[in-house]
Amino acid sequence: MTVAIIDYGSGNLHSAAKAFERAARSMDDPEAIKVTRDPDAVYRADRIVLPGVGAFADCRRGVDAVDGMLEALTEAVRVKARPFFGICVGMQLMATRGKEHVTTEGFDWIAGDVVKIEPRDENLKVPHMGWNTLDLVREHPVLERLPLGPKGRHAYFVHSYHLAPANEADVLARAEYGGPVTAIVGKDTAVGTQFHPEKSQRFGLALISNFLKWKP
Amino acid sequence: MFKVRVIPCLDVKDGRVVKGVNFVDLRDAGDPVEAAIAYDAAGADELTFLDITATHENRGIMLDVVRRTAEACFMPLTVGGGVRTVDDIKTLLRSGADKVSINSAAVSRREFVKEAAEKFGEQCIVVAIDAKRVKRAGGSDRWEIFTHGGRNATGIDAIEYAQEVVALGAGEILLTSMDRDGTRQGFDLPITRAIADSVSVPVIASGGVGNLDHLVDGVREGHATGVLAASIFHFGEFTIRQAKDHMVRAGLPMRLDP
Repeated sequence: MTVAIIDYGSGNLHSAAKAFERAARSMDDPEAIKVTRDPDAVYRADRIVLPGVGAFADCRRGVDAVDGMLEALTEAVRVKARPFFGICVGMQLMATRGKEHVTTEGFDWIAGDVVKIEPRDENLKVPHMGWNTLDLVREHPVLERLPLGPKGRHAYFVHSYHLAPANEADVLARAEYGGPVTAIVGKDTAVGTQFHPEKSQRFGLALISNFLKWKP
Repeated sequence: MFKVRVIPCLDVKDGRVVKGVNFVDLRDAGDPVEAAIAYDAAGADELTFLDITATHENRGIMLDVVRRTAEACFMPLTVGGGVRTVDDIKTLLRSGADKVSINSAAVSRREFVKEAAEKFGEQCIVVAIDAKRVKRAGGSDRWEIFTHGGRNATGIDAIEYAQEVVALGAGEILLTSMDRDGTRQGFDLPITRAIADSVSVPVIASGGVGNLDHLVDGVREGHATGVLAASIFHFGEFTIRQAKDHMVRAGLPMRLDP
């Protein structure tokens, strides 16, 4: 079994790869983690991870710049139904559109736009940078045995925009930051987190383990 | 609920922690990676490395430290010190840093902040500000930016500068009071509050922590969203958990995950 982590020039690749390697090592049948910019390897992978930091439009350009990558990714996830994990902007790219500075097309796997967060409390800073708890919206195998809710574990966020889904059913968890922030989305065989599981210590590794075990 | 961050800072020179870290049994108290692993286990919310290596040739050692830390610690890591070019940022991020802090290079050329934020995203660009209170003849005091560890005055107003770098794309401000750094008298609360209240991004207070009340003051009085300290943690005076428990008792929202 192989997990392809897509390399399209995003900065946090190293950390993401190391966290997936660590989580995979603790499994009975460890999956091979492969960082790749080869569309064919992505197409053939059993699971796919799309990390992403920076601006929506830049990340979209990064994916488009690798010839054949978007087609391979779409085919693998939407047709072959391979499990997919988008992280931060990698998750935001699942949306219909990004509205960070300019309007940019997303993959349109999850109907909705990526919009600026606007905390109602003026003491709350943007970016939403730091640790926050998660409120469960919908049960999902990747959330199995994870302590959520106000007394649950924390996830590490760094972002100024979030995915505002058109359908409530696509949201798995939210965080509270002067209003609701979309924290985890899930639809069909794809999930995505606005926060960084690779930076969320034990909680993040547990979530990654769940994803690696998930058989949709 | 969103939580206040407690951030230990390690000064690293030529790949070694300056003065060492002695709060747990480490095989090598001078190894930054071992110290990082210990802070990760202790529940630090982020970690900051400040590279004070003087020579260009030894800079590569820091990249190796960052790489090894990122392999072992799954927590946010900020690296600063000597960051002058877009390439410096790129190699640090590629090595596993999550945020990079820019100091003197932003003072001498503000556009660097913009270039960095546009290329890598505002979320990973921290601007470190070293401020010092300056007496003005006949007027009220103000805070000015100092570079080179507080030795070089620039005449630049710290509050105006903070607003300027945030407008250019800084995603966070790391504010160090050069008057308080190393004094153990607590943060310079007036400047911390003045800057925190005048910018939209998070401000991390730094410089002067001598006890746990100081951490509380930094948030409550200084309006910082995170507090950075070094010696009170490195030499076992207080653990990260003691600091957080104290802040919880003071009514601050803290992350206490095991």
